[in-house]
Amino acid sequence: MTQSHRLNPQPGEVIDRSAPLNFTWNGKRLTGFQGDTIASALMANGVEVVSRSMKYHRPRGYMTADFWDPNGFVQVGDEPNVRSGHRQLTSGITVDPQNVWPSLDYDVKAANGLVGRFLSAGFYYKTFMKPAALWPAFEKVLATFAPGGSVDLDSTPGYYDKRYSHPDVLVAGGGPAGMAAAIAAAESGARVMLVEHEHQLGGHLRWGSTADQASARQLAESVAAAGVEVLTDSTVTGRYEDSWVAVSQRSHAHAVERLIKARAKVLIVAPGLIERPYVFAGNDKPGVMLSGAVRRSIAMYATRPGSRAVVFSGNADGDAAAIDLERVGVDVAAVIDARSGANIVEAHGGAKRVSSVELADGSSIDADLLVVAAGWTAPTSLLNMAGDRPVYDASCARFFPSATIDNVLSCGGIAGDGNFDEIVAHAQATGRLAAERAAAVQHRLQARTARSAPVEFAEPAWPADVRSPLGRDAHPELFQSSTVGMVDFSEDVSSKDLVLAAKEGYDSVELLKRFTTATMGPSQGKLETVNTVAVLADARGETIEEVGTTVWRPPYAPISLGGLAGRMFNPHRVSSIHPWHESNGQIPIQVAAWERPEHYGNPAGEVTNTRTNVGIIDVSPLGKLDLRGPDVPKLLNLLYTNKWSKLPIGGVRYGLMCAEDGVVLDDGVTGRLGEHHYLMTTTSSGAARVWEWAENWLQTEHPDWQVHITPVTTALSSINIAGPKSRELLSRLTSIDLSREAFPYMTLRTGIVAGIDDCIMWRIGFTGELSYEVHVPSGYGLHVWQALIDAGADLGVAPFGLEAQRIMRLEKGHFIVGQDTDGLTLAVSAGVASLIKLDKDDFVGKTELAWALADRMHELPQVVAIQTAAPTVVPTEATQIVRPGTNEILGRITSSRMSPTLGRSICMGQVPSSLAAGGTALELVLVPDGRRVAATVLDTHAHFDPEGARLRA
Amino acid sequence: MLLVPCPYCGPRNSSDLRHVGEAISRPDPNAASPEQWRSYLYLRDNVADWNVETWYCTRGCRKYFKVERNTATNEFRDPPMPGNKIGGKA
Repeated sequence: MTQSHRLNPQPGEVIDRSAPLNFTWNGKRLTGFQGDTIASALMANGVEVVSRSMKYHRPRGYMTADFWDPNGFVQVGDEPNVRSGHRQLTSGITVDPQNVWPSLDYDVKAANGLVGRFLSAGFYYKTFMKPAALWPAFEKVLATFAPGGSVDLDSTPGYYDKRYSHPDVLVAGGGPAGMAAAIAAAESGARVMLVEHEHQLGGHLRWGSTADQASARQLAESVAAAGVEVLTDSTVTGRYEDSWVAVSQRSHAHAVERLIKARAKVLIVAPGLIERPYVFAGNDKPGVMLSGAVRRSIAMYATRPGSRAVVFSGNADGDAAAIDLERVGVDVAAVIDARSGANIVEAHGGAKRVSSVELADGSSIDADLLVVAAGWTAPTSLLNMAGDRPVYDASCARFFPSATIDNVLSCGGIAGDGNFDEIVAHAQATGRLAAERAAAVQHRLQARTARSAPVEFAEPAWPADVRSPLGRDAHPELFQSSTVGMVDFSEDVSSKDLVLAAKEGYDSVELLKRFTTATMGPSQGKLETVNTVAVLADARGETIEEVGTTVWRPPYAPISLGGLAGRMFNPHRVSSIHPWHESNGQIPIQVAAWERPEHYGNPAGEVTNTRTNVGIIDVSPLGKLDLRGPDVPKLLNLLYTNKWSKLPIGGVRYGLMCAEDGVVLDDGVTGRLGEHHYLMTTTSSGAARVWEWAENWLQTEHPDWQVHITPVTTALSSINIAGPKSRELLSRLTSIDLSREAFPYMTLRTGIVAGIDDCIMWRIGFTGELSYEVHVPSGYGLHVWQALIDAGADLGVAPFGLEAQRIMRLEKGHFIVGQDTDGLTLAVSAGVASLIKLDKDDFVGKTELAWALADRMHELPQVVAIQTAAPTVVPTEATQIVRPGTNEILGRITSSRMSPTLGRSICMGQVPSSLAAGGTALELVLVPDGRRVAATVLDTHAHFDPEGARLRA
Repeated sequence: MLLVPCPYCGPRNSSDLRHVGEAISRPDPNAASPEQWRSYLYLRDNVADWNVETWYCTRGCRKYFKVERNTATNEFRDPPMPGNKIGGKA
């Protein structure tokens, strides 16, 4: 096919005729030019039907032929829902129609159209509601009628990005007003970002007269000269609190889409006006086009939209479209002047295109193009988002901004009418005002920042708005109700549907919108809102002012999910020993941000080796806080439930932390390194939380306490050496006396390990074995680890992972906060009564724990050790515990493992206090089969070595 | 997104901070009645008006500070400068 509908070169065309581009449409090979949109290339090739409508599968052509065209959605390669009126043609792309079956030209679902009057608004709600049991069947059938393209699940993910920006003035809209405002603001000293939705600056000047086009070029040059940052093919999608402005940039050189988060000091809203469709029978037929679409097609893309036209004109732009058409040789059969009361009734036509236009006087004119210029809609979305509630002006048939918002200004068509000079003068005044106000905002922001000396200058007076407002041009109100004409083209909602819905009681505009889905399609009301309101006003016998309008919410134009997600920067934390784990067969596990070895192939073997010989585990993710100051004991006494005043230098103690409601928050070991120097360890996942928690108490409750906290989690690598031969192993790497007498259980020593100074060693026993936890400067973590491996070969040293540690701690009966306790577990339920010291003056959680111990123990659960009667049954964690022989749920299993040491399953769980005594019989309901097994509560938490002989060895 | 006036770092995106909540005073743990204590734990005024709140400057100076915000308009009242005392709910 040749470009049969391409005109001779036009003075303002944006296509490059020296750069032809091949593409396919619906399987046919076609050619367009660089600069074409997909829609303009299709029009140039004489394509008449671009899509089928959503509900009735009516044929659709070009209506606005721009971003907002409800008919222009196409599939491009593996990308669905591409806006053909906006997306520029690129070489070699495959473009296909959507929502057609079996083909665009012959669509069997168009039969829906025959029964269209039965498929009224709410049809789906009303028809498929009952019986509910049949909904899955209905859904399957209806799903095949759903519009939209197809998603290729194998397509390559695109590269998306985000950016932060802090312009003084952000201008939304790059037409004459937006450009003039941006220039004036920049020349007044502001940093300005100008965002234009379309591919070029210039707005409506791009399809205007030669003089208009020259003005657009001149303004664009001045914009560049003024140092304004210009983003084309980018949309200001939302304005949020404190002038937080979201910009979706589609024109980035590398990112498919980039979300710019701009903290603008002042936002100028200059989106211009959007042409409004006219509601009449057949208004969605191919060949019915809005005047702007016709003028863009001719001036920018040099395409011929038809051969014989009728122009329905309510304004100067309709008249101009008629002149443009005649200029390029299209026969203008008639101009129907709406201003003198003439009207059109119906566009008649065959399957593909308009063939004649029926007028109100009963006459009919043959034409294949019906141009409609029925008025304008002010896209006040960004003003809505800033809190403005636009007011309808009947004499102009459109809404205008109402409230003045301090740092959101509007100019251009949205603010009023005027000739080019008037519009530009108003915009320049707006730009200057914006720059002045931005400077005032800047002063406020600086004054809010702490500094040694006060801000030098007094706050400037808030710059007053002294702009002379723009005038308003009269425009006839061209609204029709009770026709079968479409109001919402995306959703196939006619004015009759709206009238019917209003009669059924959906007569508030917000209700009507949601019930009929009018204005809820991809154009998001840009084309449909005012017509919807007008039809409802007529149905209610009221005016548009009385009915009011729906509120436009973000986004102004759709943002892709990729754009919202952007690049994700997730910290991936590994210890300094990680390279060794990687090259020694670790099976990694992600724990919060940390990647650490879950095991090295055989967790049960790792347990046995540790219990028999010696094992080492990398526990670097352990949270570590360095505490200094004379008041550290006061802080520890406040945060932990037990007592810390008498901890000697060189002593180590386990502590449990609660929140103010008595619920277990965290636990860990803290050791005293010096007179005023302590090292606190926290759970690996609680490191950040405990730091903030401690700071909160210090800063807000006890600012007089002298304590300084430094998080040292990553400054120290931590290795636990556990097992009967751990003393022998460590003694080979340090000269510190490790004998039982010199270095007893729950004490610490500092010194040299494997040649590394400033190491901290403490004797604790999470695994239940004789063990030493060594904290070494993290630069030497790998060195010390390797030294332990090398020095202990004859002792059978082997690494163990998190899983082996979890098994051993369960054998030993040590609970894990957050695993065996939950968000409701009070410290008094954790089986650590000796650690709760109510005789302390105060500690966090004391009040609730005292009350719980006094009179609530009977209703609180207890953490207990449990064993099943059948030793080979390992219940799933979260298995329900019931009263034997009944379905009464008593509690749940919180931890469960097969113990390699005992050769049987071992559990920990929560049961009511009344059933917490050793020997109590329980029953477990196994998943998934519901089989029941008997179980018994143990006397102590420890399944293994309850006396603790091994760890005190 | 709110611009929160941190007294040390200056105005910052609220995503840089943690909203701790309404500023509240801790009753004497040894003298409080259960009603007083649980009011401290759980009850907040949740006014649609000026309110004293605590924020924590997570990504900045890591200071806790109190500031007055109008929860209906999201306006912050004169910024808390270092050392400024703003009282919380008794």
